[in-house]
Amino acid sequence: MTIPAVTLPLLSFIVFTPLVGALILLLIPRHQKEAARVFAATVSGFTLLLALWAFLAYDRTAGGYQFVERMSWLPQLGIHYYVGVDGVSLPLVLLSALVLFTGVLVSWNIEDRPHELFAFMLLLASGIMGVFVARNLVLLFFFYEIAIFPKYFLIAIWGSTRKEYAAMKLVLYTLVGSIIALVGALALYFISPIRTFDMDVLRELAARGAFARTVEVFGQAVRFDHLWFLPVFLGFAVTAGLWPFHNWVPDGHSAAPTAGSMFLAGVVMKVGAYSALRVGIELMPGGAVYWLPVVVFLAVVAALYSAAISLVQEDLKYVIAFSSIGHMAFVTIGFAAMNVTGLTGAVLQMFSHGVMAAILFATVGMVYDRAHTRYLAHLGGFARAMPMATLGFILGGLVAMGMPGFSGFVAEFQVFAGIWAARDTAWWYPWVAILAAPSIALSAAYILRALQATFFGELNRERYPHVGDVTALDKVAIVTLAVWFVLIGVFPRVMTDLIQVGVEPIAALLQGAMVASIR
Amino acid sequence: MELSWWAHLWSVLPEIVLVLAAALMMAVDAWMPEGRKRELGYWAIGGLATALVVTAVQAAQLTGGIAAPYEAFGGSVRADLAAMLFRVIFLLAGILTVAISMDFRPLRQSGEYYTLLLISVLGMGLMGAAVNLVTLYLALETVGIALYLLAGYLRDTPRSAEAGLKYFLFGVFSSTIMLYGLALIYGFTGEIAYNRIAQALVGLPTPAVMAALLLILVGFGFKVSAVPFHFWTPDVYEGAPTPVTAFISVASKAAGFAVLIRAMIEAFPAAQGNWVAIMAALAFVTMTVGNLLAIPQRNLKRLLAYSSIAQAGYILIGVAAASPLGVAASIFYLGIYTLTNIAAFAVAVIMTNVTGSEEIRDLAGLSRRAPGLALAMLAALLSLGGIPPLVGFFAKLFVFAAAIESGLLWLAIAGVLNAMIAFYYYIMVARAMYVDRSPEEEKPVWISRPARFTLWFTVAGVLLLTVMVYPLYLLAQMAAQAF
Repeated sequence: MTIPAVTLPLLSFIVFTPLVGALILLLIPRHQKEAARVFAATVSGFTLLLALWAFLAYDRTAGGYQFVERMSWLPQLGIHYYVGVDGVSLPLVLLSALVLFTGVLVSWNIEDRPHELFAFMLLLASGIMGVFVARNLVLLFFFYEIAIFPKYFLIAIWGSTRKEYAAMKLVLYTLVGSIIALVGALALYFISPIRTFDMDVLRELAARGAFARTVEVFGQAVRFDHLWFLPVFLGFAVTAGLWPFHNWVPDGHSAAPTAGSMFLAGVVMKVGAYSALRVGIELMPGGAVYWLPVVVFLAVVAALYSAAISLVQEDLKYVIAFSSIGHMAFVTIGFAAMNVTGLTGAVLQMFSHGVMAAILFATVGMVYDRAHTRYLAHLGGFARAMPMATLGFILGGLVAMGMPGFSGFVAEFQVFAGIWAARDTAWWYPWVAILAAPSIALSAAYILRALQATFFGELNRERYPHVGDVTALDKVAIVTLAVWFVLIGVFPRVMTDLIQVGVEPIAALLQGAMVASIR
Repeated sequence: MELSWWAHLWSVLPEIVLVLAAALMMAVDAWMPEGRKRELGYWAIGGLATALVVTAVQAAQLTGGIAAPYEAFGGSVRADLAAMLFRVIFLLAGILTVAISMDFRPLRQSGEYYTLLLISVLGMGLMGAAVNLVTLYLALETVGIALYLLAGYLRDTPRSAEAGLKYFLFGVFSSTIMLYGLALIYGFTGEIAYNRIAQALVGLPTPAVMAALLLILVGFGFKVSAVPFHFWTPDVYEGAPTPVTAFISVASKAAGFAVLIRAMIEAFPAAQGNWVAIMAALAFVTMTVGNLLAIPQRNLKRLLAYSSIAQAGYILIGVAAASPLGVAASIFYLGIYTLTNIAAFAVAVIMTNVTGSEEIRDLAGLSRRAPGLALAMLAALLSLGGIPPLVGFFAKLFVFAAAIESGLLWLAIAGVLNAMIAFYYYIMVARAMYVDRSPEEEKPVWISRPARFTLWFTVAGVLLLTVMVYPLYLLAQMAAQAF
């Protein structure tokens, strides 16, 4: 007799630990603020450990979706609770857990209702990680929408400057994008020969060209995937901050509290890009092949425009906020390459930028907490007072500039290599690389400008008489994040092997659609 | 087949229970000493719960295949799953309304109030089961009269008296117009039973049928507060005692949809091509107008009034889809909406007790003052907005899916854009609770035990039904097949 192997529902644990933690947190008595903080840190630390476990336990030679769980939810309509991770989603799950844990640590000193603060953060993390593991379209949208409203409260309650305006703007932008994408997903469901929301089945159908059939719109015959790819992709790309739908990004990132900015730039934008990849590109590869060579221009504009704007910002947070639009543009360019190299670069860029944005916003928050201003003109000389935060900012900055030896270089290099290798797709692809390249030089310029103005020079002792060093918890957060830059910069294969396993099927899907479209 | 007397009675047993309960209520009221009148609420809950058990048994028989649907009293009422499910909605709404009425300060506890409530639930049960024009009209009027009285129940408050009068005038006017439509249908066909009307209408000139249908829709539109028959809604909702508003907003609306769906599908299948267009137009106008007018509201009850108009629009999308999925989606939506809206009104009742005001700005600081209450309201608002993890998400998903399936893609897109507008004003209420500050944050909020029960029940419902959405969906689907 063999004992049946009991497999641990690891992904459900990862997704629901923060959710359950959030509910328990609300039951802790109001005045016990320290208990709430310790509890939130414990829950998020546990989640991080689980995510690390999944990261290490994933079998990279086997590839595909692992830790799969499947339960019926609304079987008649093809809706299941179906989760799994592959080489694309696993790094992002890890990233979310990292940002959650460090976000809790740097929010330690917030005195206004820490219970609710941490509960909303945990809820947000739960929704985000749910999107990354969902393998059923309805489940994906379910988690996607969960991840919207906590942002409103995080910004509107604990934010600064024009917080309510920014919070509402952000929420409405992302909500509109996601529900337009939802209509597209429903259209996909009804046109599919098999009525299901199961993304494995839908992808299989997409590979066989099921969504390439023609439908009639106002008397015109159009291919279904050509028609719906753009609304779905752009609907999600709103959250990824793609130009010209990026407008919520600078306001939202700047108004949010430190942990909120870390979440927004670090993972929320990745939720948009990831969903655009999973729902837009993977389920409608024909549409992707048709539209991505055009969409890539939006990304080129985004990269140049945001880098140029970052260079002239007076508010430190706006510098980083605009820079994140530019870095996310490289993700879209990597998608548009539609080959293994480009896609690997894109996914790695998501991870790398996530960690980088988290560390930059964390250190900026540490400065703001002590200086109570973010204007570059009023700052300066903080390196002496808080060396560790300065180091964190410098490391994040080096990643942002794409300095070799750090993760940003590995990611952006592959994006450029990918788009160059794909020059048969469209004659202008080499030009995409050439046009986007100056943004890297510009990013070096704005990072150095911000670094110089904030951390170096003379500290104004009259204005800031009591600036002290960052707390031990802040240092833990900085180290937790910074380790990954160097690790990936020096041993890229820690990540790239995994990602490559994940993107190979997507690249194959796109190549197939390309061949079909030529035929 | 000849039915036994017991089978006749069995089909309306819940209503019989309610008649007895109402009579008993008046007797107990006379005998109950003045100081203990609050206990009358428990008697009312007892009566409604008994009827609920009977309905549950009937529904279980039908779903279990032990009994088959049948028509009783010479084709007046039908005992099918749709009738049962709607009864469950009415009875649940009744029980929860009584629970939030019991400690509502402005309402002096009396047997009359509960008697009227029981009678209106009785009428609604008949509305859901009616399969001929006469029963339909009688049931509709029974509900109407009881509700007019309830809306104007606070005789000393001018606003409540105004609400009662306004509701009465609009109600009588629209039901008269509807009666004219019913008379036309009878004149054209010589039949009063739905299924015979359906046969007799085949081949009649479309303009004549449409004229009658439009007149009938005035009455139904009034009941569900669809635009342009919604003008009474904000004033009545604002003026009526808050628990009555809660009741009108859910049970009366659900009853309106019960007759609307049944009449359209059973009596007018011949005109389906035409009424689908009308329903789609109604749905679009109703949700858009409701949502846009909700934005500037400063009074919580008026906001919820416009929100309930908009919700009627979403439910009409399911009706317009005119498919099994569409009808199931509408019924599912109504069930969820009942739970959710009562939760929101329960919070309004509690806050009115504490602050004496119904303004949204008086919710300021609620998350500090009573975190649990704020959380319950947040859950209700997000569920109304269709935001997961609350079950309202599925309600909206189903109606939009039904619209797309039936080729009404434009309506689905209009629906999701409307959902976004709605999210804005729901979040503005949440903002008052979570972001705004108030000098009264330290004062505790008193929540009576029945109100606490209502909140726990409804909020647990909207959370847990997300996980267990399948059985409820199956029920709605089986009920939709009854038509």
